[in-house]
Amino acid sequence: MKHTLSVLLQNKPGVLSRVTGLFSGRGFNIESLSVNETLDPGISCLVLVTSGDSTIIEQITKQLHKLIDVIKVSDMNEVDYVEREMAIIRVKAEANTRAEVLRIADIFRGKVVDVSPKSYALEVTGAADKIQAVIDILRPIGIQEIVRTGTIAIARAKKK
Amino acid sequence: MKITGAQAMIKCLEEQGVEVIFGFPGGVVIDIFDELLRHENLTHVLVRHEQAAVHAADAYARVKGTVGVALVTSGPGATNTVTGIASAYLDSIPIVVFTGQVPTALIGNDAFQEVDIVGITRPCTKHNYLVKNPADLVPTIREAFYIARSGRPGPVLIDLPKDISVAKIKYPPLKPVQMRTYKPTYEPHPGQIEKACKAILKAQRPVIYAGGGVISADANKELTELATKLSIPVTMTLMGLGGFPGTHKLSMGMLGMHGTYCSNMAMRESDVIVAVGARFDDRITGRLDAFAPHAKIIHIDIDPTSISKNVPVDIPIVADCKHALTGMNTWFDRNSDFNKVSQGKKTEPWRKQIKEWEKKHPLTYKKEKGIIKPQFVVQKLYELTKGEAIITTEVGQNQMWAAQFYKFNNPRAFMTSGGLGVMGYGFPAAIGAQMAAPDRTVIDIAGDGSIQMNIQELATARQQKCPVKIAILNNGYLGMVRQWQELFYEKRYSGTNIEVAPNFVALAEAYGAVGLRATKPSEVEPVIKKALATDNTVIMDFVIAREEGVFPMVPAGKATTEMLLA
Ligand SMILES: Cc1ncc(C[n+]2csc(CCOP(=O)(O)OP(=O)(O)O)c2C)c(N)n1
Ligand SMILES: [Mg+2]
Repeated sequence: MKHTLSVLLQNKPGVLSRVTGLFSGRGFNIESLSVNETLDPGISCLVLVTSGDSTIIEQITKQLHKLIDVIKVSDMNEVDYVEREMAIIRVKAEANTRAEVLRIADIFRGKVVDVSPKSYALEVTGAADKIQAVIDILRPIGIQEIVRTGTIAIARAKKK
Repeated sequence: MKITGAQAMIKCLEEQGVEVIFGFPGGVVIDIFDELLRHENLTHVLVRHEQAAVHAADAYARVKGTVGVALVTSGPGATNTVTGIASAYLDSIPIVVFTGQVPTALIGNDAFQEVDIVGITRPCTKHNYLVKNPADLVPTIREAFYIARSGRPGPVLIDLPKDISVAKIKYPPLKPVQMRTYKPTYEPHPGQIEKACKAILKAQRPVIYAGGGVISADANKELTELATKLSIPVTMTLMGLGGFPGTHKLSMGMLGMHGTYCSNMAMRESDVIVAVGARFDDRITGRLDAFAPHAKIIHIDIDPTSISKNVPVDIPIVADCKHALTGMNTWFDRNSDFNKVSQGKKTEPWRKQIKEWEKKHPLTYKKEKGIIKPQFVVQKLYELTKGEAIITTEVGQNQMWAAQFYKFNNPRAFMTSGGLGVMGYGFPAAIGAQMAAPDRTVIDIAGDGSIQMNIQELATARQQKCPVKIAILNNGYLGMVRQWQELFYEKRYSGTNIEVAPNFVALAEAYGAVGLRATKPSEVEPVIKKALATDNTVIMDFVIAREEGVFPMVPAGKATTEMLLA
């Protein structure tokens, strides 16, 4: 099963390679990864999507905790959370498909971020399955290039 | 007043209580070595290979219960330490390794003798540092010692660029190390202690399975108290030997691949296993699905990652072994349901069963006329040192015979490279152990192959006047590999014949040490006696039965009850 882990780390050189080295060294897989500074510039937040049964996820969580520079590990699957990815997709857009591409962008609340006579680049954000849906629908029209971020996630605030 | 980085480093080592450094110099650490000259209370042991410095620091740490220290230069000096660091990592031994580094301005330029040692050792250190700012030097060293010795101990490396050791800094006042992220758990959860104790009370066939954690936590007394209070038989891992008295009537000896028949049978039939500071590695469990099928498992370990990693645990207790065992002992003392006598009675049939297993297949070997058996040598070493020597081992059959036939009644007396199994560990470790305990007899039980991996340390031992004794069990083979070839590869001895070897007696003499040889059983005792009476480094070359095997043996991947007995 897929798990989204949110890891708070000391913002120091080499910390990311401690995390990725742990995954490669112990044969765990990383499906996506995203890191950036938090409100406190001394701390970064790394969101990582991995998969495995519950013993593997438990082991991953404990191993992450064991790294000296790791402050906190949260398994987002244990809480209610929101996750997002962003993709920029360059799709073929010639006379006969330009309107169609824009319509699709609109349906998925995407934005055109670059235009050329023969293509549009669309920016789409959403959970991974939404991004996948956009890709699937644009594919027959002709996708030329895709760049995607890793997943980021935040736990929903408790509603009384 | 400002001092240099090198001065601050040495001052900080003294502040941390360091008395001995094992090292080897080079261009970027000359400033530090220069400073060492001015500190008479700090003994520097000049090794002849950096790997040996780390093994020596490792054994020094084990004997003393403190942090061992090694100091080497950049590049090849640093890469030579990697095996030693990896061994200390797998055995959870607290050491701090200082490596010199090229000046910060040159880092990343492929400068002369530059390697990214922090990158190289990231997966085999508990933590490591590159000091880039002179002001960070002292706090980093303090943090490194704290990390190395606290929680589950382990090696920490500090990479020190040359310019840091010459920079002028103000020595910061000593404060306790406070870390935002790293706070090991020492105290057990009382609820878990209670659960564990209740499970033990109910057990008909309890076993204590003790590992190296008992020794690093100095929990041997507490363990003995628990075992005797409840009359629970104890088995130990290779790393746990000495954590419980080996001659105690509740001791079953070692378990696992070359463990005793009764230990492995007891694990198999047990209904409650109390694992203390052990980690269920494959040499212990054998085929996992056949391991301890009937047992409820209680697992005490300071490292949460060890719990339920290989074997699912029923009652986890994340804590320091000493604290957890004290908690359990107190629980039993205070609990009115617990009665020592009736509890002992209840499990009496179980202990009887274990004694029967022990009688059926004791640790033994066949004597052969005129031929020295390695087990006999170890037994004689045991007798003639009254079981009181510090024993280090190399790796292979020699290591297993030492573990099986020398009985350890005390902790911190047996040093072996358990997790990594490094040939070449034993001799430098013996030097480290001797530096930590100058008045003890220290013996490296060695193989003829392994001893050649760090034989150059004879010079170190001579220079330090370390009267360590090396007992080579000389079979002319890489014996352990040969044994696997005999048993599982139809005796195709590929790459294991090492008959072409130095004359070890002459070799010892070439270094100014003493060489003795025994080729017949009757010569064993006189050779050992002579060695023990010699105040110099001694090599004892025991020419032993060439194709002797280590038994019992659980073939890799088999259930631990599928033991080959001879
Ligand atoms: C550095 C290293 N290389 C290879 C091995 C694999 N190995 C394990 S035991 C062994 C044989 C050791 O031979 P020797 O020291 O003569 O000991 P014996 O088994 O004969 O007692 C070898 C090659 C190892 N453990 N360490
Ligand atoms: Mg040999």
